[in-house]
Amino acid sequence: MTITAPECLLRLYEEHPDLEDYQGGAPRWCAGCGDNAILAAVQRLCRDEALRPEKTAFISGIGCSSRFPHYMKTYGFHGIHGRALPVAEGVRMARPDLHVFVSTGDGDCCSIGAGHWIHAVRYNMNMTVFLHDNHVYGLTKKQASPTSPRGLRTNTTPRGAYLEALNPLTVTLGVQNASFVAQAVDWIPEILYSIVSAAFHHKGFSFVRILQRCPKFLPDLFDPWLHDPQKVLVLTHDNGLQLSPGLAKVHKNRREHDPADLDRAREIASGADPIPVGILYRNPGVPCYEDLRRSGKLRTGAFVRAGLEAELDKFTIWPQGHA
Amino acid sequence: MSETLAAQPVENAGRQAPSPASGKAITTLSEHIVEVISDSGEGAQVCGQSLGAIAARMGNGVWTLEIIPAEIEPPARSTEGASGSRIRLGSGRMTNCGDQADLVVAFNEQVLLARLRAGEFKPGCIVLLESLWRTHPDKEIAASYLQTHARLAAAGFRVYEVPMERECRSLVADARRGANMFALGMLCGLYSLDLRLAREQVARAFGSKDAGVVAANVALLEAGHGWAEAQLDFKFRIPALRSLEPQIVVNGNTALALGVLASGMEICAMYPITPATSASHYLSNVFEKVGGVVHQAEDEIAACSFAIGASYAGKCAVTITSGPGFSLKQEAIGLAVMGEIPLVVVNVQRGGPSTGQPTKAEQGDLLAAMFGSHGDAPKVVMAASGIEDCFYSIITARKIAETFNMVVVVLSDANLATSQQPFPRPKFSEAWMAPPADQSAVPEGARPYDWNALTGLARRFVPGQPEGMHTLTGLAHDRRSRVAYDPEINEEGIHSRSLKLAALQKTLKTPPVFGDPEGELLVAGWGSTQGAIEEAVGRLRAEGCKVSSVHLRFLQPLPPGIKELMQRFKAVITIEGNWCDRREDEIIDEGNRRYSALAMLLRSRYLVDVDCWSEVRGQPIKPGTICRVIREALERNREAARR
Repeated sequence: MTITAPECLLRLYEEHPDLEDYQGGAPRWCAGCGDNAILAAVQRLCRDEALRPEKTAFISGIGCSSRFPHYMKTYGFHGIHGRALPVAEGVRMARPDLHVFVSTGDGDCCSIGAGHWIHAVRYNMNMTVFLHDNHVYGLTKKQASPTSPRGLRTNTTPRGAYLEALNPLTVTLGVQNASFVAQAVDWIPEILYSIVSAAFHHKGFSFVRILQRCPKFLPDLFDPWLHDPQKVLVLTHDNGLQLSPGLAKVHKNRREHDPADLDRAREIASGADPIPVGILYRNPGVPCYEDLRRSGKLRTGAFVRAGLEAELDKFTIWPQGHA
Repeated sequence: MSETLAAQPVENAGRQAPSPASGKAITTLSEHIVEVISDSGEGAQVCGQSLGAIAARMGNGVWTLEIIPAEIEPPARSTEGASGSRIRLGSGRMTNCGDQADLVVAFNEQVLLARLRAGEFKPGCIVLLESLWRTHPDKEIAASYLQTHARLAAAGFRVYEVPMERECRSLVADARRGANMFALGMLCGLYSLDLRLAREQVARAFGSKDAGVVAANVALLEAGHGWAEAQLDFKFRIPALRSLEPQIVVNGNTALALGVLASGMEICAMYPITPATSASHYLSNVFEKVGGVVHQAEDEIAACSFAIGASYAGKCAVTITSGPGFSLKQEAIGLAVMGEIPLVVVNVQRGGPSTGQPTKAEQGDLLAAMFGSHGDAPKVVMAASGIEDCFYSIITARKIAETFNMVVVVLSDANLATSQQPFPRPKFSEAWMAPPADQSAVPEGARPYDWNALTGLARRFVPGQPEGMHTLTGLAHDRRSRVAYDPEINEEGIHSRSLKLAALQKTLKTPPVFGDPEGELLVAGWGSTQGAIEEAVGRLRAEGCKVSSVHLRFLQPLPPGIKELMQRFKAVITIEGNWCDRREDEIIDEGNRRYSALAMLLRSRYLVDVDCWSEVRGQPIKPGTICRVIREALERNREAARR
């Protein structure tokens, strides 16, 4: 089939969206907030993958990070604190045709929603999950979160946080059926984008922890890492992250890591300094819960009716004389 | 129960005729209440359910009630371990478990004592007691048995000792395991039930096992039947008023699950909890055959959130739970209210608060269903009034949820959950089914919350619809679903969501009055008590009392015409299974008396002086108890009028 040149151009225009096609409301995060970097990477992903906005859903809970869906021009669901994952699971189960993304924070995911997080990893439903981890509660104004480093002074820990921080990477990698675990930092956009893209292309529960700066409450927290590329351990591999020549010049602290190696992934995940960045683990062979559960049968009225009548038959007492 | 049937006084001592088989006199009855009780795990429930099924197949009216201990394996021969069934058999339709038992089969004297103490047996009740314990080597057990036996005989019970285990020993290796089918055979003989149907029922009950198991159980059944024919000097017959329509026999939880199937919903998210779970057990078994999914979530909150996610994405979903789970879901329910996401929430109520009485019936969650979430969160609350209604309520709930984009709570309870009753087989209607998710493009300029000024209704935008993109939020929002800080916008949202209840109310019909439309006393009820209330009202009307009743299936919104209906009676009283303070308590007066839930609603809405009576004993409220309450209320009202 041949088409005319103007039509060809028209299609090119229609089918190749711009960034604006995914930009919703103007972000109201603080200036310098790491969430802006995540938003930019994700909008770029949507454009590059030409995702249809109406077929894309961003689900979130409560917190600064969970404002994310409002800034996308797709379908969004800004729910209640800690419950983004089970809502997203319901969406995924009902609608295999949608692209499902989740934005959640360290309080939302690792504290109030921690139970859901563990199980979401095990369900391994096909969705891309961003853990915006800034180590502090921002929306409620500076309380300690489960990932706050020990000693961090906050409004609920004025003499310093009492406990060692929870490590979301080791937790996720410890759960049966983990299929994609990666870490990025908001201040290296190229790596952030590469990881977001790899996560999107993985079929299963893609968990990306993104270390994210909170300029309002913890302005200096990540400074040592920000200012010294040596303190970032970049994980590279033919099947994982690959650096551009430019970035490779800056980030010399690199390690070859095969994302198929779970034991090594767990070992790397347990290190906090230098910060490991890259794809820690990927296993495309883990089945997705929705695929295990959905029969794929077309639910026509006649089909459902036949099923119902067959069940009713089991309990029926026919009047005498019934054939 | 139909009014004509209810109006007949219950007659148990009927005429006698010689039995053709054994030459025994056969007593014809209009109804009888049978209990089969054993230690947990001895199969008395299978026996009772099978008896009910056989009688139902013969065309009898049947209501079966499970007697359930709270623990899975309570200690043997203990009063708290009493487990079994009550089976009310009658000529016509049976709508509740009745008052006291006429005949009981007990596998040991301890479980019998439990029911005796609870006042569950009629004076002079026939007791068929396993005699194994009389000669038990443990002296204490033998003494306990003899003491109880003597006590029962002295109290006027007709006690027959039955060597169930001894008789079974020649047929099966584990005689204790076979006693339930022996008992079933005995009961089939005693009530002149068709042995052929009984054999079929046994085959059905053990159908999943191998042929040897079925044969062994049929042998036990026949042995029990033969023993009763040969050894017992009495026999009953309850003539059946045959139905011309096919009937189905299920318990309330199975009816709920069938309703989910029939409603066209395809996702149910749940977390195990008593007594709701058996609905999900059944649904898990059948739902996938028609492309549905039962998702057992990691907790109650996740189950509700999962259902909300599925509903948001275009497939109205259901979550099924009981009291404590319902409390946990409340925040998520509020989100569905705020986002105007259709959702069906089933709460099979049990005793509360807290863990309460997990296996026992109570109607304690009505106000929690109406007002459970924080803030103004209007939702629809329905209550299934019987087993049949469990089926239809779910279909109606799904339809309302999707028409009004609201949360619909359907209340059932532990009484309906496990009770069985035959009712007309539902005739499938295309209108029951949910339509597929709308995927058409949203018209230009339309907004996700274009609230209609009259009804508060707005068209819902579902993911996948081009040009409908928006972010649904639990925050106060405007018509475009943008987060709103403007006081007027917040009020507009609350206003619109509230209007929807009024819009639904306009579509409801005034419920029918059972009895005359005017009189001395109107009894109002909701939920599982309909059968018992109407039977009691029927009995008293037959005695000439000017009492009627009304039963509410919609509690929020209340249907129109209720005030006018109440005003045609001199007094109104609710009968409920939730607490109300008792007037006889010295400290209780009009200034501090806590009313039962429905009474409180009716009083506050209609400014009518509604009285209430309640019982929270974990048991279904009995018609005889309601008769006494109504008599007392009539007397109290007449007394007050005289003063």
